[in-house]
Amino acid sequence: MTVMQKKAENPVAHLSARDIEDLGLELDAIRAQVIASRGEHDAAYIRRVIDAQRKLDLASRAVLLFSLFPPAWALGTAGLSVAKILENMEIGHNIMHGQWDWMRDPKIHSTTWEWDNASPADMWKHSHNELHHTYTNVIGKDNDLGYGIMRVDEDQRWMPFYLGQPLWNFINACLFEYGIAAYDLEIAKNWAGRKDNAEFQRQRKAVLGKIRKQMTKDYLVHPLLSGPSALTTLGANLTANLVRNLWTHSVIMCGHFPEGVQTFAKKSIEGETRGEWYLRQMLGSANISGGKLTHLMTGNLSFQIEHHLYPDLPSNRYAEIAPKVQELFERYGLTYVTGSLPRQVGSAWKKVIRLSLPNGFLANLKSARRPVRVAAPAADASGAGRPFMERIAA
Amino acid sequence: MRTLITPLATLRDRGRAMSVPQKLATAAAGAAAAALGATALEVRRRVADSDASPGSGIDLVRSVVARMTTPLLPDDYLHMINPLWSARELRGKVVEVRPETHDAATLVITPGWGFQASYQPGQYVGIGVSLDGKWHWRSYSISSAPDRAARGRGTITITVKAMPEGFMSEHLVRGLAPGTIVRLALPQGDFVLPDPPPAKLLFWTGGSGITPVMSMLRTLHRRGTMPDVVHIHAAPNRGQAIFRDERVALAGTHPTLRLVENFDDEHGILDVSKLEAACPDWRDRQTWVCGPAPMLEAAERHWESAGLGQALHLERFSAALTASAEGGHVVFAKSGREADLDGATTILEAGEAAGITMPFGCRMGICHTCVIPLKKGMVKDLRNGAEYQENQGVQTCVTAAAGDCVLEI
Ligand SMILES: Cc1cc2nc3c(=O)[nH]c(=O)nc-3n(C[C@H](O)[C@H](O)[C@H](O)COP(=O)(O)OP(=O)(O)OC[C@H]3O[C@@H](n4cnc5c(N)ncnc54)[C@H](O)[C@@H]3O)c2cc1C
Ligand code: FES
Repeated sequence: MTVMQKKAENPVAHLSARDIEDLGLELDAIRAQVIASRGEHDAAYIRRVIDAQRKLDLASRAVLLFSLFPPAWALGTAGLSVAKILENMEIGHNIMHGQWDWMRDPKIHSTTWEWDNASPADMWKHSHNELHHTYTNVIGKDNDLGYGIMRVDEDQRWMPFYLGQPLWNFINACLFEYGIAAYDLEIAKNWAGRKDNAEFQRQRKAVLGKIRKQMTKDYLVHPLLSGPSALTTLGANLTANLVRNLWTHSVIMCGHFPEGVQTFAKKSIEGETRGEWYLRQMLGSANISGGKLTHLMTGNLSFQIEHHLYPDLPSNRYAEIAPKVQELFERYGLTYVTGSLPRQVGSAWKKVIRLSLPNGFLANLKSARRPVRVAAPAADASGAGRPFMERIAA
Repeated sequence: MRTLITPLATLRDRGRAMSVPQKLATAAAGAAAAALGATALEVRRRVADSDASPGSGIDLVRSVVARMTTPLLPDDYLHMINPLWSARELRGKVVEVRPETHDAATLVITPGWGFQASYQPGQYVGIGVSLDGKWHWRSYSISSAPDRAARGRGTITITVKAMPEGFMSEHLVRGLAPGTIVRLALPQGDFVLPDPPPAKLLFWTGGSGITPVMSMLRTLHRRGTMPDVVHIHAAPNRGQAIFRDERVALAGTHPTLRLVENFDDEHGILDVSKLEAACPDWRDRQTWVCGPAPMLEAAERHWESAGLGQALHLERFSAALTASAEGGHVVFAKSGREADLDGATTILEAGEAAGITMPFGCRMGICHTCVIPLKKGMVKDLRNGAEYQENQGVQTCVTAAAGDCVLEI
């Protein structure tokens, strides 16, 4: 992949500045409809998910008190894994986005929520909500792209270090919650001496404190409570955390990594209009197709495109607006990148492997799986689209 | 009011009055704590290091259990069993909605953990109700008498009059199903009956303004020491006079309690000259007045001009917001939210609409719970047009933006 602006075939060349602003207005209208109709039904949904998650968590931990008995281990571990995934994704991620702030419930609120994860809520909200969602897929600005340890774009210079990136990526997947915490801390920046040191020390303390609490719970308190099953419960908790890490890493990779998703040059976002911002979110995200269970277990990040357009709309509504958003993609001649979970995970991994090698080394892998083009670009003879392109060229 | 209570602090307050379910819960937690010798020791050390507190036994248990539930607190699980078992926020369960008149009803509420039964007669509580998915808060005077004997297991009542087109009051009077869980803010307010009460009192109430005074009358009745009380109550007519039967009965029981009723339909509006006629020795009495705004203003003028402002206690149910400001762009610095405001929207409403958990109490400029530092810019008090400059705390419930400003929340 190459930053969009340098591509031979620019996917937005057919859109005029006017088109892009119209697109923005249409997207605003969809947003307004959802906001006007938020109500008891939505509130009941999130309360129900939280309630179910807590019961599942409690029940799984209760079963694990007898984890010496293998079926109990299997059942408890599976339940706990699911509970942790729900807690991080459909509940934590979305609440911290402010999707439920409109309820004015101080306990289900972005300013008060804390999650079952190594990264403290405050720090995660900064790097995720402010940086990633604002600079989505802008090379050099959006750390979510490769987490600073991977080469994610043909334009990034290849170095021998990147040969190991499939391995780095796998290790990052296994330890994902710590990876996120480290990168919320902006460790690399701090090493480079670019981060205020006192601030860094404060944050470092916060992260270590949070990790200690999490570890005490999972690796000390609950195993001890299990008495003779202490060791097997320890194993179960390690496994559940591993499963949660692998799962969340996969889902998040699917959001911005699969083939067909665009990246952007730093310059291109200077003076970006609202319409252009929307457009970048549309081109820079990919969905996962699947049933209700897939959507729930991915925290509705299976609707990554809709989520990036409207990060603070309640997640239970993404499914309902997806067809409207998709219709806009068609009408404006844009590619709605979507695919099943295995396909998208595969696609993302292929890219990680391909980019670990110098450009052109594995040309055949690149063409293996192209996203389906939902609609053909609309014919545009008027040479429209110039303003947007011109600014990029400048 | 602050719905987010520091969990440990709340617990300390509660250490003394534990209910049966609490005891059960803490017993269970204690068993768990036993399995955690090392951790418990560490916690005990930390508790000892920090300032010692009377409730430290429960603190200990709680912080041990919190190690199992982090990042959640034990209450987050406990209130799944019983919605009232939560110390993270005050809750109450509406156990009965009892009609009083055709447009007023009494709500009987069982408060959950953390509610102080020792409120003073005349105080009000904040009630939060979820309506169509969204929490809304209003203040209501407690109409029941504090019952210390119930030791936290009693109920409180509030009495609400449905206002025409009133968003919340209509719902409370006509739409609230018994069993509903509401949120509560701790009782507050200084429109209270002193203990011991003065020898001679005058209560002047109008409409739903009877509620705080009813709590006072019930308290005096319960104690069996009714001082010399004149109670003048104004209502549109007999049928709309809230608590009429009970007040008439009380006056029958206590010879020192004299009830004067004014029904506007029959007698015309009760003004100060009528008041003087009904209670000629009004100058000798400590006086409590609660009712519609014009009545309160008349009382204030009358007592001030007699040089007796000290003897007068007023409770307002609503503030008259008449001034307007020019509006502006408001930044809520800590939460990173912003909004463009007109000159009629209060900072409090705007903050809530932006999804910020704003502190508040009375929502009408009397309790100062809502005060937030103004870092930059200027706000205007909607009651009287007073302007407040940056670098001071401002009452968000009665102020609007006068130009762009930045608030520290
Ligand atoms: C300390 C304190 C104690 C209180 N104690 C009590 C009590 O014991 N009992 C009690 O009943 N109330 C009490 N109140 C008042 C109570 O808090 C509410 O303000 C009251 O119930 C009205 O709330 P609401 O949501 O129904 O009205 P809102 O919807 O908030 O409306 C406020 C007022 O505007 C009017 N209004 C609404 N919409 C319109 C419109 N479109 N056009 C014109 N007018 C409109 C309403 O009629 C109402 O008078 C107390 C208030 C305070 C501050
Ligand atoms: S909320 Fe009471 S003064 Fe503002």
